[in-house]
Amino acid sequence: MVKSDSTDARLPRRSGATTARTDVSIRGVTHAYGHAGPPVLSGVDLEIASGEIVALIGRSGSGKSTLLHIVAGLLKPKDGAVWIGGQRVQKPSADWVMMFQSPSLFPWMNVAQNTGLGLRYAGQRAGAAARIAEVLALVDLAALADRNVQDLSGGQQQRVALARSIATEPGLLLLDEPFSALDIFTRRALQNDVRRIAQTLGLTLVLVTHDVAEAVQMADRSVLLAEGGRITADTPITLTEADRHTHSRDFQKEVTRLRTLYSEVAGMG
Amino acid sequence: MSDVPVITSWRLPVPGRVRGVLNAALGIAALLLVWWIGGRLVANSPGMFAFSNFAPEPALSRLWQMTLSGEVWAMSWPSLYRVGLGLVFAILIGVPVGIAIGRLTFLREVTNIPFQFLRMISPLSWMPIAVMAFATWDAAIVFLIAVAAVWPVMFSTAAGLRRLDPAWLKVARNLGASPLHQLTTVILPAIATDILTGIRLALGVAWVVLVPAEYLGVTSGLGYAINDARDTLDYDRLAATVVVIGIIGFVIDFICLKAVQHVNWVRES
Repeated sequence: MVKSDSTDARLPRRSGATTARTDVSIRGVTHAYGHAGPPVLSGVDLEIASGEIVALIGRSGSGKSTLLHIVAGLLKPKDGAVWIGGQRVQKPSADWVMMFQSPSLFPWMNVAQNTGLGLRYAGQRAGAAARIAEVLALVDLAALADRNVQDLSGGQQQRVALARSIATEPGLLLLDEPFSALDIFTRRALQNDVRRIAQTLGLTLVLVTHDVAEAVQMADRSVLLAEGGRITADTPITLTEADRHTHSRDFQKEVTRLRTLYSEVAGMG
Repeated sequence: MSDVPVITSWRLPVPGRVRGVLNAALGIAALLLVWWIGGRLVANSPGMFAFSNFAPEPALSRLWQMTLSGEVWAMSWPSLYRVGLGLVFAILIGVPVGIAIGRLTFLREVTNIPFQFLRMISPLSWMPIAVMAFATWDAAIVFLIAVAAVWPVMFSTAAGLRRLDPAWLKVARNLGASPLHQLTTVILPAIATDILTGIRLALGVAWVVLVPAEYLGVTSGLGYAINDARDTLDYDRLAATVVVIGIIGFVIDFICLKAVQHVNWVRES
């Protein structure tokens, strides 16, 4: 399932993009659905460094997905604000892209056309075909470029969604449980690939999940959200890539450590 | 495990395509037969023998002459022009209004009863109003066709939108799509099948409304040709014109069907 990284060097970043700041600054974000609904998020503060891979862990109803939608600019907070690379988020942008639980590919377009959507919206026609080919190679789908997306497996569809997300060279990728509908083997392969791609491209990655093992597998830091988005634990995850790939004893110990911690502070394991 | 072939059917193995063509030919032959029998009965009936030119032999030989002389084209062209123009107006009104009522629940609920009421009025009932409102007979006929054609286009478009997956729009927004992009890359391709199905239904209605509409005022077109042939007791020409109307209607419908199949992205399996 682990593939070699030999093809990655072929993927150039936009000029100087590697030095671009994509740190995320979440300040006092408050949100509620409806006029008098209970607050889903109440005054969340969180700083994420450029190039960091952070997992936001929480139960259903902790507001983690709402927080991610606010970061992406898909939802306006009732109060507070988010800055990405020093720029205040007002609306969605191809510079920070979210991946959803469902890939929601457009069935009237083939794999390559789906992948190039962001480029099309940005009016980037020159070099689009080459860029599409590059990102499809990066997600191991080069051979399927002309396929109808309805012929792909769930894992392949989510790979197309990943290629679509990185085609515009965003500095920040937001993942809203994008692997939860996949079988265990496909999920593992994608978790490893997303981490590898994020590291290769120098992406900042924010991952929302309810699965401690997924956080340990993918993230450098795990943040536990309780009700209202209250941050109850914020821990670094220091594991080698080999440990993450092989699910070694150290990996298992890290999962156990976090589960124990989370059940202590939030009754969650 | 006997190797003696078992004959389960007396029929020769005919491929589906050949069988389809043969069955279609059988249907046409049956229709001609009924027409021919009808012609014989009329010719042998003392009170009706004046109408014997309705029979297939005189009608089809007249049709052949009319085709060679260009008369078929001369009488079809004005009708096709009127139907085409009426349909253009129906599409220009029906598609945007259909999208609006499909997207906005409020608008759908407000317009539902008035639109259903108007839809049920035979387009030909508008004839006196059309004649008063428009300066030329041509414009009045185009109006009647547009009134007949607008409803299938509008309702089919609206129905298509209600099946639009909102996640597609979220994905597009997330990748930086403008509202125009959302219309051209998500909404229109997603409902293209529904729009074209509506147009196909509309053309069927418009073609049926056309002939009585052309009984009015105008001195060209298939409806006029029918009326004129009746007045001049030219029954072979009348029957030939009926055949022309049927054939053109069939061809238009077939083209629409092919267009619907072409844009249809829904998998049947």
